[in-house]
Amino acid sequence: MKQAEFLNVVMPFKDKLYRLAKRLLVSSEEAEDATQEILLKLWSKKKAMESYNNVEAFAMTMTKNFCLDRLKSKQASNLKLVHSNYGDEGSSSLQKQVEARDSLSWVERIMDELPEQQKMVLQLRDVEQYEYEEIEELLGMKPTAIRVALSRARKTVREKLIQKHSYGIG
Amino acid sequence: MELDKIEKLVEKYFTATTTVAEEKMLREYFLREDIPAHLEQYAPMFQYFASAKEERFTKQLALTQESKGIRGNFYKWASIAAVAVFTIGLYFYNPTPKPISLADEYTQEEIASAQEALALLAMNFNKGTEQLYHLEEFEKNTSKFLTKE
Repeated sequence: MKQAEFLNVVMPFKDKLYRLAKRLLVSSEEAEDATQEILLKLWSKKKAMESYNNVEAFAMTMTKNFCLDRLKSKQASNLKLVHSNYGDEGSSSLQKQVEARDSLSWVERIMDELPEQQKMVLQLRDVEQYEYEEIEELLGMKPTAIRVALSRARKTVREKLIQKHSYGIG
Repeated sequence: MELDKIEKLVEKYFTATTTVAEEKMLREYFLREDIPAHLEQYAPMFQYFASAKEERFTKQLALTQESKGIRGNFYKWASIAAVAVFTIGLYFYNPTPKPISLADEYTQEEIASAQEALALLAMNFNKGTEQLYHLEEFEKNTSKFLTKE
């Protein structure tokens, strides 16, 4: 497989990999590194790649595993993920930002607080709009478990959002 | 779109029983401006999901794996060769002990005094053995008497 060919295969879903990585790792730099790592791993497996019937699902699962491993090792070494995503958003455009934009970042923060599995299910379903069958394949979960996690995640986001609205805590 | 239909969809949405198409409808609905007050609380969720999908991976990807592969191969074979050379070397290596001469370890004086001490010892030792000769003589005589009896 040539480089151009590889890029053609990878292009359509590389942003999805990045978004999943960012959802799990929170920091955009970490997510970029993770995505790059995954794409390079795929490139080194390019011979085998032709035999996979669903490269996207394979890459998504790889990303998920990679990020979870990353999180585990961070936790083990007691290192907090450093990220500056919230900072610039708040300070740089404080005046310009409309209230609506603000509540969007609330949703993001609420999602960051969710357990990893719920985070992933919500990301895959509500952001990337995967079908349940695809999520089953990607996460290796049972259909009922996915629905339970998804319902819980959605309800938690709703509750916390209402809480923040009524108390005005940012 | 009728309001009660949206309300029903929202309800279904939170029990995770909506289809992808229905969720798309919800997202589109909440991206509009005129959302009734009682549904407004859900708007940030759907708006966020829509905006989250806009994020892009912008880092430049450097696919220089081809040359790296050859170099990786080189290192692999080089390390195998190094290990082979090492084991062969280890196999043929027999340490020849260095002959240590007395002259290397001791000074001339020390050797001389040691020789003197040994000579003294030998002399006294010989004295001892001379005495044993008498003992032999004694035994000869006693055995003479003993056999007589």
